Amino acid sequence: MLKVNNINMSYGDLQVLWDVTFEVRKGEIVVLVGANGAGKSSILKTISGLQNVSKGTITFEGENVSNINPSEIIKHGIVHVPEGRKLFNEMTVEENLIMGALHGEAKEKRNETIEECYLLFPRLEERKKQLTGTLSGGEQQMVAVARGLMSKPKILMLDEPSLGLAPVLVQDIFNIIKSINKQGITVLLVEQNVQSTLTFCDRAYVLENGKIVLEGTGQELLNNEHVKTAFLGI
Amino acid sequence: MELFLQTLIYGLLIGGLYAVIGIGMTLIMGVLGIINLAHGQIMMVGMYLAWVFWTFMGIDPYLSLFLAVPLVFLLGIFLSKYFLQPLIEKESILPENQVLMTVGIGMVLVELARFIFTSDYKSVETSYSSETIALGNISISLPMLIAFVIAIALTLGLFQLLMKTDLGRSIRATAQDKDAATLMGISSKKITILTYGIGSGLVGAAGILLLPMYYLYPDVGPIFTIKAFVITILGGLGSPIGAIAGGIVLGVAETFGATYISMGYRDAVGLVIFLLVLVFLPGGLKQVLKI
Repeated sequence: MLKVNNINMSYGDLQVLWDVTFEVRKGEIVVLVGANGAGKSSILKTISGLQNVSKGTITFEGENVSNINPSEIIKHGIVHVPEGRKLFNEMTVEENLIMGALHGEAKEKRNETIEECYLLFPRLEERKKQLTGTLSGGEQQMVAVARGLMSKPKILMLDEPSLGLAPVLVQDIFNIIKSINKQGITVLLVEQNVQSTLTFCDRAYVLENGKIVLEGTGQELLNNEHVKTAFLGI
Repeated sequence: MELFLQTLIYGLLIGGLYAVIGIGMTLIMGVLGIINLAHGQIMMVGMYLAWVFWTFMGIDPYLSLFLAVPLVFLLGIFLSKYFLQPLIEKESILPENQVLMTVGIGMVLVELARFIFTSDYKSVETSYSSETIALGNISISLPMLIAFVIAIALTLGLFQLLMKTDLGRSIRATAQDKDAATLMGISSKKITILTYGIGSGLVGAAGILLLPMYYLYPDVGPIFTIKAFVITILGGLGSPIGAIAGGIVLGVAETFGATYISMGYRDAVGLVIFLLVLVFLPGGLKQVLKI
């Protein structure tokens, strides 16, 4: 579904991605794991066009989307839920959700999708008139995920949804991601929370210094010696 | 007491107009992240357009709002698309240089006006220019009252646009987080250009509303650029509601200054407030009103 072929990407003179190749198949949950600065978020930014590739191609459903204008990417069904949530904090929860559905089919079905999101996150319905800046971290993350769902994505790219959340909330968010995936939405997840994500993902790629060094199913990687020493501390 | 009430009412009325001037500036500040130092000069263009419509076609200034404001809107679109946007797109150019560009735009507009209309003072003398409505011992200037009502209507219309439409929400979203807005499929370029157009149209409308009570000359703009800047700072950067409050505070303060100190110190009062706000209330009225 999403194929990333040999991409290089640089911030100015600083190259951060080196020959990165991976793919996400329809219906999967794929995780990119790696330490801080390994290039995980940069990969998502490159897919969504916020950064340009200097080499290589990105294709989605057979269509070349490399170096696409970032405001166009959502129309292809690729939705990026950025790191740090990036909500519109001076807008209400409901307005934030509306912002996810500005185009095409998503816009027509806006009201239905809002109801679906409220079923998935009952907490958000209670707080729909509240400014998102006044919500707790967990609630903000729910808004960010829900806003992503509002665009009726084919693939949802989540950048560290567990960042800054209490462990019990982290588990909630992961459960929600699993249930979203069950509804047929493909998920590409970037996480530092290696242990728990590897247990529920279909496949994972390990990044180090802007290169993919390992790939496999979650279970394979959990048993991998390198992953054990580098990420799990066992 | 009557003098006090008279002053207060006049201040509120002029404050309504200042609010429209300030909201335009605030919108531009929020989305483009720059102070539009051509703001008053764009207003001057709107005033000259309305003057032309009045003098050569006999169109009432209030009617010419419908003709001149769209033209000023288009001027804003043109200026931002061809002069400001190219600077935004080049990363090597600092955002400060967009501010310098607005200074240049302002100068060119003033000199063009001087070239076309000369420096002579012009005015629009309508049948109602000097009419007043008496409320007991207080008299209210009719054009001032009409201007205030239209200013309120414009403000309400703008809020309707900002709060209830996808376009308005996109403008607010872009002002709050440009990257996130882009990921929602909003073209920040389009929104930026459009916002400058809307801000220009608003200040142009305010200028036209002032026209029946004001002399018009090419240099009428700069003092309004400063006023708009003061209002924006007073209201708290980037907050339209703050700008309304700021506009009214400035209007009232200026009128009281003019009445109780001296007419000549009218503009100085605004600037003193500006300094006091910067020193003691850097977040502006937004900080106090929690809006």
